[in-house]
Amino acid sequence: MRLKGKAHIFGNDVNTDDIIASKYKSSTTDMLEMSKYLMGNIDPDFVRRIAPGDFIVAGSNFGCGSSRETAPRVIKLAGLSAVLAKGFARIFFRNAINVGLPVVECDTGDIEDGDELEVDLTAGLVRNITRGTQVKVAPLPAVMLELLSDGGLSEHFKKHGTFHLQSIDEGK
Amino acid sequence: MGKTIAEKILGKHAGKETAAGEIVMADVDFIMSVDGNRPLSIQVFREMGGKSLFDPKKFALVIDHAPSSPTPTVANTLKLVRQFARQQGCILYEAGEGSCHQLLPERGHVLPGDLVIGTDSHTCTYGALNVFSTGVGVSDAAAAMISGKLWFKVPETIRFVLKGRLPAGVYAKDLILHLIGSVTADGATYKAAEYVGEAISNLSMDGRLTISNMAVEMGAKAGLMEADEKTLAWLKGRSSRPFEPVVSDPDAKFADVLEYDVSKLTPQVALPHRVDNVVPVEEVLGKPIQQANIVACTNSRLEDLEIAASILSGRRVHPEVRLYVVPASRPVQMEALRRGILQTLLEAGGILGVPGCDACSGGSHFGVAADGDHVITTANRNFRGRVANPEAFIYLASPATVAASALEGNIADCRKYVR
Repeated sequence: MRLKGKAHIFGNDVNTDDIIASKYKSSTTDMLEMSKYLMGNIDPDFVRRIAPGDFIVAGSNFGCGSSRETAPRVIKLAGLSAVLAKGFARIFFRNAINVGLPVVECDTGDIEDGDELEVDLTAGLVRNITRGTQVKVAPLPAVMLELLSDGGLSEHFKKHGTFHLQSIDEGK
Repeated sequence: MGKTIAEKILGKHAGKETAAGEIVMADVDFIMSVDGNRPLSIQVFREMGGKSLFDPKKFALVIDHAPSSPTPTVANTLKLVRQFARQQGCILYEAGEGSCHQLLPERGHVLPGDLVIGTDSHTCTYGALNVFSTGVGVSDAAAAMISGKLWFKVPETIRFVLKGRLPAGVYAKDLILHLIGSVTADGATYKAAEYVGEAISNLSMDGRLTISNMAVEMGAKAGLMEADEKTLAWLKGRSSRPFEPVVSDPDAKFADVLEYDVSKLTPQVALPHRVDNVVPVEEVLGKPIQQANIVACTNSRLEDLEIAASILSGRRVHPEVRLYVVPASRPVQMEALRRGILQTLLEAGGILGVPGCDACSGGSHFGVAADGDHVITTANRNFRGRVANPEAFIYLASPATVAASALEGNIADCRKYVR
């Protein structure tokens, strides 16, 4: 799977309140409506700058804070194709895979705002077209690849009715 | 090879021996979900094709994030929660009963050796009761509501060995803030934290819950403690379900063992807008504040309210400070009422919220700060916009530091008020 788009740079420790503040849930339950406020607390113009397929590119500990699955859902609904970061908070990482948003753990240090990127999820590579460089991606555990290929956890359950994961030896 | 608490609990629930790094499918003992999630876990449960819960006695819905139902949208969401609980016959804690992280331990739903998940990141709180508990998103919760199972990566463990006795005026909150400042906000990401040593044994259960509650603020998946005689005494009468406490073996393999001597620790404050931006109170004394919150699943248990009341007793908060008080649960509120603690806090000028997440989660719409306001709170997060206004500044501290600061109108050293 290949994804192509522009990089939008964020720093370290972008938390889930930064991604989507909890105050918005009092006026709407529509995720698409909520996605208009993506990064609202730290970069209110962000949603107006992005084009479909673009990437969020961040430093360490992306998605720290609350367990809200709203965060990866609104990133996906805003049209972004993946989040690239040096590191992710673990609940966000799991939630992203569960909702079918690719999360790419790699060295993002040399990527600059506006760089044209191509992410090859199968080969595990991020190519920086603007700079002519590439970095390797930390591979996802097999269980997450299985869930992603089904389109997320909801789709996995719709398909199988329960957990049906080849990569886990249930041992009993 | 010896095992850690995390390896033992996950192994037992997976029905096989496990070691850190392995991925297992494990049976969960209890699932908790809150009203604050968008979408709700119960909506994803339906979307996944869920018809009935794997076990309605092992699933609790808690209305705590917006208990005062501030808007029609929220009111309609709460209605969905109530309807689902009625249809499925699961456990429901209504608005006003308290914060999920106080209710689950208090009502005996979580016991030593258990494996528990909840749709709130502070689900790690029950680690103080020797429970492997962790926060999950609504999809993971819904999958477990259907199947009774979830997959877990068995985490490595960082062991915090906490030696010495906390000085007067220095509390569990100061200790956990100090640890988070020391290892940073992602210092324990993908790992379990284990807190042992004299400093932990000396803490009450209320204090221990404060520490485990904030494990996620260092990125940890769980914040585990051993069960000792205090734990067993606290659990007495809360549940008739048998349980088996778990300890790490002497030859267990830890990712790291970090030792701290707590006997010289001073009150600590996390500065805006990061939980790991922690300094000794001496470095921020005199910073003017407009709001003081004794709130949240972190620090609004009986002991916390009692400490605050002992400082505020017979005094009145600074005229330019609003003091919000939100007891952790109805039983905490009732006991504080019986003991005169609430009276003291209200006479001092306290404004009472609904037990739950009031004045902590921005979604509660209670105690929202104004632009430029400086808020000192006993909560667990000081992220920008946490109290629903990104133009406010939030400081985290112990109930004693918050109470002393409320009196003085600026960040104060609580030790002068503590006998």
